[in-house]
Amino acid sequence: MSLDPSYLEYPRRRLGYDHDLYAYSALPTRKPLAWPNGKGVATCIVVSLEWFPITPSDTPFRAPGHMQTAYPDYRHYTAREYGTRIGFYRLLDAFAKAGVQVSVATNGAIAQRYPSVIRDIVDAGHEIIAHSTDMNGTIASTLPVDDERALIRDSIAALSDVMGKAPRGWHSIARSQSFATPDLLVEAGIEYCCDWANDEVPWTFANGLVNLPLNHELSDRQILNVQQQSVDSYAEQMLDAHDWLAAEAAQQGGRMLPLHLTPYIIGLPYRMDAFERLLADLKARPATWFARGCDILDSYRSQM
Amino acid sequence: MQEGAGDPGLYDFAPYRGRQPIAWPGGKKVAVWVSPNLEYYEIDPPANPHRKSWAKPHPDVVGYSHRDHANRVGHWRMADVMSKHGFPGSVSLSVALCQHHPDVVADANARRWEFFSHGIYNTRYSYGMDEAQERAIIEDSIRTVRDATGQTIRGWLAPALTHTPRTLDLIAEYGLDYTCDLYHDDQPQRVNTASGDLISMPYSLEVNDHYGFFIYNMSPREYAQTLIRQFERLADEQSGTVMCIPLHSYLIGQPHRIGAFEEVLRHIAADGRAWITRAGDIADAWRAAQKGEAV
Repeated sequence: MSLDPSYLEYPRRRLGYDHDLYAYSALPTRKPLAWPNGKGVATCIVVSLEWFPITPSDTPFRAPGHMQTAYPDYRHYTAREYGTRIGFYRLLDAFAKAGVQVSVATNGAIAQRYPSVIRDIVDAGHEIIAHSTDMNGTIASTLPVDDERALIRDSIAALSDVMGKAPRGWHSIARSQSFATPDLLVEAGIEYCCDWANDEVPWTFANGLVNLPLNHELSDRQILNVQQQSVDSYAEQMLDAHDWLAAEAAQQGGRMLPLHLTPYIIGLPYRMDAFERLLADLKARPATWFARGCDILDSYRSQM
Repeated sequence: MQEGAGDPGLYDFAPYRGRQPIAWPGGKKVAVWVSPNLEYYEIDPPANPHRKSWAKPHPDVVGYSHRDHANRVGHWRMADVMSKHGFPGSVSLSVALCQHHPDVVADANARRWEFFSHGIYNTRYSYGMDEAQERAIIEDSIRTVRDATGQTIRGWLAPALTHTPRTLDLIAEYGLDYTCDLYHDDQPQRVNTASGDLISMPYSLEVNDHYGFFIYNMSPREYAQTLIRQFERLADEQSGTVMCIPLHSYLIGQPHRIGAFEEVLRHIAADGRAWITRAGDIADAWRAAQKGEAV
């Protein structure tokens, strides 16, 4: 038994990465970031607002949270709709109560199906970023590039029609991109994406696109659903993260705390009180700057 | 090993009961070593016929960028906490990191950390290699680490824990003296090899941060409590055991985890029963104790 000789060849074993999408940079070597008003921790809430067709697609892959039973999967179809009808409005109220503005990663289908939701988001001062067409709109390198280009275009068009302007940001379903995605996003006029969780402050791709690291490890999906921890533990972890980052920021420059939320996960009645307390606890901390993705983007760009 | 036999014949049976205690240097009871995995995962690796590398078509953005966090952010956060509390690292190294991100390797070397090989990349598996191919990755490991750090590797943790039946014989033949791939004991033990002098160095999957967070789904504070209990139990038992804390800075170096982990290091350092050291030093002390020398 032996492996093909190419398995022991390493053509991209070189200084820097084994790809050219973005350049390597170690956080301690960078110029410190300064957020507005001397704040240390840009606390960025991104809510994913999604519509799952009851007819799931596995091309290129089935989205997390999608249908699971044999057709028709009423339980998952309706539980996801619960997030949009009920959970999301609990979140909007909680944000209003805490006085924070957020970014909502929104499927184009939400704008087409429920335009009043888009208006409720915009009227409250929140940002809308594009989040594919619907939850069958997953991206991977097995998707033909022309199909991916069309998917990005359709998503942005559906949102723009209702918003009256184009979204500046993009979030892929399951953070999954192809090798072509960064270029296709720039081609579509997108200024930033939040799919790559390799850092804790914004950085720029070789093609000029900015990445806001939306850490999946800190998401409600990861902690509550995947790791099956309690909402109290989730809140404690967010505060622990905040306090560590605030201490670092005091020495080394601005940091980001990304909170990625899912209405059908965090927006359940038995979780909302703890989440509202978390918002209040974060708000009470002097280092916190609640910022939408576009606010962080603008601040980052002004310092580059 | 005895290829094809039900008992691979890796070592002799030796129950815990009845062993002579070993006093570690300074009369300490438990040798504690921290093993940061400094790794490089390729974004588009070739396929190994026996194991798939990424779950998604390449690029697997979450998988790749999560690991990339280690080399941009996590390493320094983890290493600073270790240095602050006096814990050196014994590094499980994807040796190609010496080419890709030499700053990370240089930082670890400057902290006087020890390096052993964890293969070329954590996306190149040993499954299916012939003897010449396996020799090539061992020789590459020895050469690459020596060129980058001046150190001669003494240990091996198979890349992504992928082995062949000849791996242990080969690393022993090349003069490596410990393996981190065997989990049968809380003390070093002799490993049966065709030549050389190889011992098993207690590493750990059970208290590995990867297992803690993704097999047992622990919260950061639960994982920290697990490490403290592991230490307390070993320190309460007969002297001469080893506790390894295997880490990945893209996991333990996350902002919601590092604070709880720092409390573990503070606790162990303050306890007084821990010999806080490196894997190679443990191997030397264990061998000296076997010869009846004072350690």
